[in-house]
Amino acid sequence: MEPLLAILVGLFFAAAIYLMLSKFSIRIMLGIAILGNAVNLLLFTGGRLTREVPPIIPVGLDSLPAGTANPLPQALILTAIVISFSFLAFLLVLTYRAYQDLGTDNTSDMRAAEPDDRPLPPLGY
Amino acid sequence: MAAPTSTVDLSAALITVPVPIGHWLAILPVAHCITLGAVLLMLRAYPRLQAWLAIPGLAALALIDAALLAKVAAEGPLTMVMGRWLPPFGIAFTVDLFGALMAFTAALAALAGGIYALADIGESGRRYGFFPLLMLLMAGVTGAFLTGDVFNLYVWFEVLLISSFGLIILGSERQQIDGALKYAVLNLIATTLFLIGVGILYAAFGTLNMADIAAKAADLRGTAPLMTLASLFLLAFGMKAAAFPVNFWLPAAYHTPRITVSALFAGLLTKVGIYALIRVMVMLLPMERQELSLVIALAAAATILVGALGALAENDIRRLFGYVVISGIGNMLAGVALGGLGGISGAVFYALHSMVLMTALYLAAGEIARRGGGFSLSALGGLYRQSGGFTALSLVLFLAACGLPPFSGFWPKVILVKASLDLGAWWLAAAILIGGFLTTIAFGRLFLLAYWRPAAIALTPTVLTPSGPRWRTGLPLAALTALVVGFGILPEQLLALSQSAAAGLADPQAYLHSVFPEGGAP
Repeated sequence: MEPLLAILVGLFFAAAIYLMLSKFSIRIMLGIAILGNAVNLLLFTGGRLTREVPPIIPVGLDSLPAGTANPLPQALILTAIVISFSFLAFLLVLTYRAYQDLGTDNTSDMRAAEPDDRPLPPLGY
Repeated sequence: MAAPTSTVDLSAALITVPVPIGHWLAILPVAHCITLGAVLLMLRAYPRLQAWLAIPGLAALALIDAALLAKVAAEGPLTMVMGRWLPPFGIAFTVDLFGALMAFTAALAALAGGIYALADIGESGRRYGFFPLLMLLMAGVTGAFLTGDVFNLYVWFEVLLISSFGLIILGSERQQIDGALKYAVLNLIATTLFLIGVGILYAAFGTLNMADIAAKAADLRGTAPLMTLASLFLLAFGMKAAAFPVNFWLPAAYHTPRITVSALFAGLLTKVGIYALIRVMVMLLPMERQELSLVIALAAAATILVGALGALAENDIRRLFGYVVISGIGNMLAGVALGGLGGISGAVFYALHSMVLMTALYLAAGEIARRGGGFSLSALGGLYRQSGGFTALSLVLFLAACGLPPFSGFWPKVILVKASLDLGAWWLAAAILIGGFLTTIAFGRLFLLAYWRPAAIALTPTVLTPSGPRWRTGLPLAALTALVVGFGILPEQLLALSQSAAAGLADPQAYLHSVFPEGGAP
């Protein structure tokens, strides 16, 4: 099961990096969304995969029986999902606002903060 | 609730005695910031009240951090564990001298920024939530400095990141949105890279507690992909700190927000990246740092030179200062690359100096714009004739940024140059010195053009600049400058502190003992 998920994580990363290299900010956002999911899957795989034994302590026992899933990565992923979801929401709004204000979603044309015709500092007194 | 039927002795995993009252100090700065941030958020309809609550709040944060620093300096590292679970099960806040020093300096910079904001951030900025966001930013920064858990570090990074997003678009001008988009995307990618590192770290170590990792790293070397991890962390934190190949988001973004926000970002955020880099590379993975030292040194030299050359080519003062920030990051990276007591203490000293200085420089830029009418070097002039006092104060800051004696930038550079010459890395020493020289030229020209040159025409402010009573801008600027002068002239105390902080990082026995009092990890 691990090799399969590892390949999937690799595919996710490849797709995310390909999209994030794009010039268009909306594709970059899609890339970031996939990147977040790739990392979540990576965390999940990092916690070792086991089938069909939920991490619940049976009645009368004090610790998890052998072979159960590690619950900690799932807690970590939960945190990471919440965080990346909120960030994605913020970034999408920001991208939309940038599209409205700057009139483009092509990052090469987004030069409001760094205009092309910035002068050099005076070279003489 | 039935009585527990446990036959297992849980006392090995749980705290069974009450936490000593002094240990609460470790969590108090963060709790204070979050509480105050929430209260300020509730008072969003009363911007005036918000300001008068936030400034004493920031002062109280500085006092709490000072008390924490005093306690840690006197008694060694301090650990507080959440929810009665002992490490490595519970999330630990572990404060050592390095973290306490950084937190205290950050609180001072934030207090200065908060006072300056009274003049700089108007009614609409406060309605957007400047003060609550500032408190939450401080919660993130302080939490990152004080936590003893790698995943927790990631969470604090995100806390400060989301607050910084809010701060950077305060005002919603066109160029702010442009700058914010670049800042947000690249910083989010850097944090995600960090999270990937955390995931692999957990897969390899099965623990996220820093002390536990530091103790286990030696055994796992050879089986776990520690070099991969170290490289990932280096890339992620280098991106956060704006080190050379991944630094271009900083000059694209840092000149767009309000000047107070620029000042706080320049003072605090890049240093959080450097802090995390030092914490992970020096304390957790020292052997890997050794292996990567050449890479880090090359990045450091390139960062110093690119920053200094960029500063030379800039016409906008804020962008010029942005490149100076990058150049300073190169100096800290050089310290990380050199390692050893000299290199690390130089990096720690430089980080503390840079927090105060960069905040002060940007605040001075706001003052220049108010007096001179803009940020453009080709238009400014005649500041010396306007005010001799402000000119002297700026000159002090400029000399400190160039690393010239007798101000605070001089000492860390001396330590770093000496450390690199001791190791035979003459080219790194040369990069530090040439970087200082180029920065001096850039600041010399800034001084010449903006201060000495007679004003061509009487300028009226064309950009949003601070307004209101003079003390609101003058007081924080003067206080930060006094710190710069003080640590330049009397560096012994800070030097001793940063040396013992570096010693604590290089040999984290005291740190480990504070987390696992019985000695050794379970």
